[in-house]
Amino acid sequence: MPVGAVIEFSNITKTFGNVTAVDNLSFTVEPGRVTGFLGPNGAGKTTTLRMLLGLVAPTSGTATIDGIRYRDLPRPLQTVGAALEAASFHPGRSARNHLAVYAIAAGLPSARIDAVLHTVGLGAHGAQRVGGFSLGMRQRLGLAFTLLGDPGVLVLDEPINGLDPEGIKWIRGFLRTMADEGRTVLVSSHLLSEVQQSVDDVIIIADGALVHRGTLSSLETEAAPRILVDSPDRTALEAALSQAGIEFSTGRTGLFAAAPDPALIGHIAFSAGVELSALHRERKGLEEAFLALVNGHANGNGGESR
Amino acid sequence: MTSFSRALGAEFAKLGTTRLWWVLAAVMFGYIALLAGGLSALFAGIESGAISPDAAGTGSQGLAGFGSLPPLIYSFASSVGYVFPVLLGTLATTGEFRHQTLTPTFLANPRRAQVLGAKTIALFVVGAVFGVVALLASVGVGALVINAFDVDPLLADSATWALIGRTVLAMAIWSTIGVGLGVLVHSQVASIVIVLAFTQFVEPLLRFASLFTDVTRGIGNYLPGAASDALVGASFFTLAAPGGTPAALLEWWQGGLVLLAYMLAATVIGYAVSWKRDVT
Repeated sequence: MPVGAVIEFSNITKTFGNVTAVDNLSFTVEPGRVTGFLGPNGAGKTTTLRMLLGLVAPTSGTATIDGIRYRDLPRPLQTVGAALEAASFHPGRSARNHLAVYAIAAGLPSARIDAVLHTVGLGAHGAQRVGGFSLGMRQRLGLAFTLLGDPGVLVLDEPINGLDPEGIKWIRGFLRTMADEGRTVLVSSHLLSEVQQSVDDVIIIADGALVHRGTLSSLETEAAPRILVDSPDRTALEAALSQAGIEFSTGRTGLFAAAPDPALIGHIAFSAGVELSALHRERKGLEEAFLALVNGHANGNGGESR
Repeated sequence: MTSFSRALGAEFAKLGTTRLWWVLAAVMFGYIALLAGGLSALFAGIESGAISPDAAGTGSQGLAGFGSLPPLIYSFASSVGYVFPVLLGTLATTGEFRHQTLTPTFLANPRRAQVLGAKTIALFVVGAVFGVVALLASVGVGALVINAFDVDPLLADSATWALIGRTVLAMAIWSTIGVGLGVLVHSQVASIVIVLAFTQFVEPLLRFASLFTDVTRGIGNYLPGAASDALVGASFFTLAAPGGTPAALLEWWQGGLVLLAYMLAATVIGYAVSWKRDVT
């Protein structure tokens, strides 16, 4: 069984001319967990991943796998499997031959080719030219390439893009399995909702800078959370909240109270003798927290101090 | 296996798993066979009809100023066919940029200089195969036609076999020049335009123009096509010399070194300006 390794970015920066694509980014990615690497399009996710993989040279700083730069890895494909956003296939080559070229380059036995094609569900399409593949099939072939060397570290750039619902379900299970086997799984996305069912940890960047890192649940509590509360007697509830000094806004399905804990709101209502018909955290909290972090940065409220 | 032999194996696999090489080889064979067959028939016809067949084999009396007929026809393999290995090398290299296969290539082997070295050697070998295919067309078809007109195809002549060997070498080097050009230009469309415009128009014009004075004639010998003809040792281009005196080419080994210099210059500059740059 392959062993996961720690990925470490240390003060990594990339500038293209006057544009700073990645700005002094530092974070680590742990084995045995699925880490979501999130940020809006253009935030610098792909550039960061390409620096990790030795495809783009950092302007300053380092990115290492188990302390070693990608270019210095003795057996790169056996250590790190990467699927990047761009479709990197010669359309005239069959799926099997596409993998064969890189299996030869990495010194892998040809038996691995059939094994990974089978794993990603392309077992029946090995002889087909890649030019005729759908986007979903290309994504799967990209994943087959990552698995070729049975690596302990997986780096996937927007793997869910272009997948049908069945494919999305499949890849969620796939990510989970890989992490449970002890591998390091780093998966980027511009949509939190796309990966929130699969990830344990999140790294969020905006404009090339880190805005949040921690567990998925830490994201929920970090951004000012809201509690949805409602009562058959809404006027009495509003009065009770005002008296307790809780700010709230009125929504279609109830009142959104600016409080960290549903228990506090429950206590206030109970003390005031107000009957409740709903009391829970706002359901879209994660996505809104994510957007607040990303937009807060774009508005100049975030930044390196975070 | 060493990492270099793995890199070399991968480059051969890339060539072997697409249609490019055999499509180009097939077009090249047809083109050269047509030219060699047609012109053999024309010249051998003149030669066998106007002059006694005995004299034809020695050449110099037969086609005064044209040189001996068979080597001229046989050299079509490289003097006409060299554009095909150049295109092969160029397309094999620019295809990596166009289809973004540099990403998986450098993921599988991050030692980029080694990848380029392996690609150059793989294309050298396949370029030599192109040389053999081109010679099957020029010598195979040419000798058959020449023989049919009862002119000696000079196939027992060791000089003919030396020409054949040097043609294989020239075609192999041309293929690696294509790799260098591909790395340097990295746009597939631009490189095709450059190859076709230079080999079919610019260079022939420059070579022709250079023949008018002694100074430019010396310089013209260092043009890649002239160097290639010098390496092979025969060229129909010398027929076009103004005043009927064939241009004195470089020695064959000098021509070979000039070609190698072009290849090294393009490859080394291309490595610095594009191959080791960011892959985005």
